[in-house]
Amino acid sequence: MIAALTLAAGALAGLAVGMVAHARLRPRRPREERPTATRQILLPFTGTTLSRRALEAALRLARVEDATLMPAFLATVPLHQALDSPVPRQSAIGMPLLEAIEQRAVAEGVPVDARVERGRSYRHALSRLLERERFDRVIISAGDDPRTGLSGEDLLWAIEHADAEVMILRPAPKDARVVSARGLAGHF
Amino acid sequence: MRSSPERGHYKIFLGMAAGVGKTYRMLQEGHAELENGRDVAVGLLETHGREDTARLAEGLELLPRRRVEYREQPLEEMDLPGILRRRPEVCLIDELAHTNVPGVEHEKRYEDIEDVLAAGIHVISTVNVQHLESLNDRIAELTGVTVRETIPDGVLGRADEIVLIDVSPEALLDRLRAGKVYPAARIDAALNNFFRIENLAALREVALRQVAEEVEAKRIVTEQVGTRNELLAEAAPQAVGERLMALVEPYPGAQRLVRRAWRSAQRLGSQLDVLWIQRPGQRLSAEQESCLQALRTLCSVLGANLLVEQSDMLAETVARVAAERGTTYILLGRSRERRGLARLRTPLPQQLMRRLPGVDVRIVADRSLRHEATP
Repeated sequence: MIAALTLAAGALAGLAVGMVAHARLRPRRPREERPTATRQILLPFTGTTLSRRALEAALRLARVEDATLMPAFLATVPLHQALDSPVPRQSAIGMPLLEAIEQRAVAEGVPVDARVERGRSYRHALSRLLERERFDRVIISAGDDPRTGLSGEDLLWAIEHADAEVMILRPAPKDARVVSARGLAGHF
Repeated sequence: MRSSPERGHYKIFLGMAAGVGKTYRMLQEGHAELENGRDVAVGLLETHGREDTARLAEGLELLPRRRVEYREQPLEEMDLPGILRRRPEVCLIDELAHTNVPGVEHEKRYEDIEDVLAAGIHVISTVNVQHLESLNDRIAELTGVTVRETIPDGVLGRADEIVLIDVSPEALLDRLRAGKVYPAARIDAALNNFFRIENLAALREVALRQVAEEVEAKRIVTEQVGTRNELLAEAAPQAVGERLMALVEPYPGAQRLVRRAWRSAQRLGSQLDVLWIQRPGQRLSAEQESCLQALRTLCSVLGANLLVEQSDMLAETVARVAAERGTTYILLGRSRERRGLARLRTPLPQQLMRRLPGVDVRIVADRSLRHEATP
């Protein structure tokens, strides 16, 4: 009986020692779950696609600068609605792309922390985001179609008003490669 | 000192579109009240030239409209001071989403109605579902038509009774073609624009869901009046439809979970609650504050409800909130690796499944890691 009790106590003690040792030796939690005060790179977008070159540049810079990539979906709210109204229709467009960007960033080991912002216009949404948070760098993809997304005037405004380095990327006219929701792994 | 009168009873007839019979039903209700010996008056009636509606109004006291001058044009509006002077027991006021001519007491008719209710007068009114502010975006998406006259959702929330006037899209189109909704000159335009069967089917679905949600919201409020034990006794009350709940913490990956939960909610056509259980006294770092703010904005943009509860008892609190909200689906991210004695505890998903029988518990994977795990 005493032998059995001794054996059981020994086994328990061994288990406890093993658990403590494992806890000490276990790898640290992934970096994504441990946000630290690093540089932040804002990557705003408005539509269903984003220039692949712009995303690649943002990821490259984020890696080099040990920065967090912050893709931000900008939505507009019509004047007859309250500014804090939900925008499900636009979200249905923006959320899959946000997911695609995040998946790409995580796969490349770049910390990512997404944002969404509303405004009366895309510029207004961007300005609200810039007011609310600090960014070290803003990377904006200049699209070919001025009717959608941030216009040339908006880009100039960003250069003048953003309290951060602003990088505007305009892919070569023949570079039509984009990131879209089609690149998502699995259903979303 | 004279005490203020008790607020009147507020009943709203809700429809998916013009022509479903809201005004007709309102007038029928007025006749029924009159026959029961109550003092009934019509504060505002819009017949839109419909003869059946005008005929039904006969026998009811119709309060005169007042003339209002706007930009040198004489216009007519509901006479709010006249209604308050006349002080009937029951007042019928059509089209509560109407925007008043500038210069009268209120900008919107639903605000006039608040004054009437505050005077202790019971009100019966009408509105179409596309006028609700939160549905405006969705209805524009469904129908391609943006409605300018919107009302806050809280207007429906303040009603004591909401009655859905439902007809099938086919029946409404027959009514329209027979000239019972618009005059002959407007029928073709209506059929080619708003009154398409796919629009009406979508609006009907939205209206039905809206009423179901109002009923559900009132059920939740009623339940919250009970004691905690009474609440827990009903582990998972039957909801009208699906209701999702995502469990989050303020860290960047939580947004991914919320987005996935929202997409699932969209597919199921259901509401989404996002719950964070904060430990009492827990202080947030600057990064966590920032993540929490980002979560708030995301939930607001998506139309999800962010709930923050303070508790040390994670599973128990989730179960309580899920029971209160009528949750049918719980989504949570993968747990952190547990250390030491924590490994002896039952994992949260199992605890939730035990506490919430009949509620689905789903662990949301991180899709971007899928290929890494493939041998």
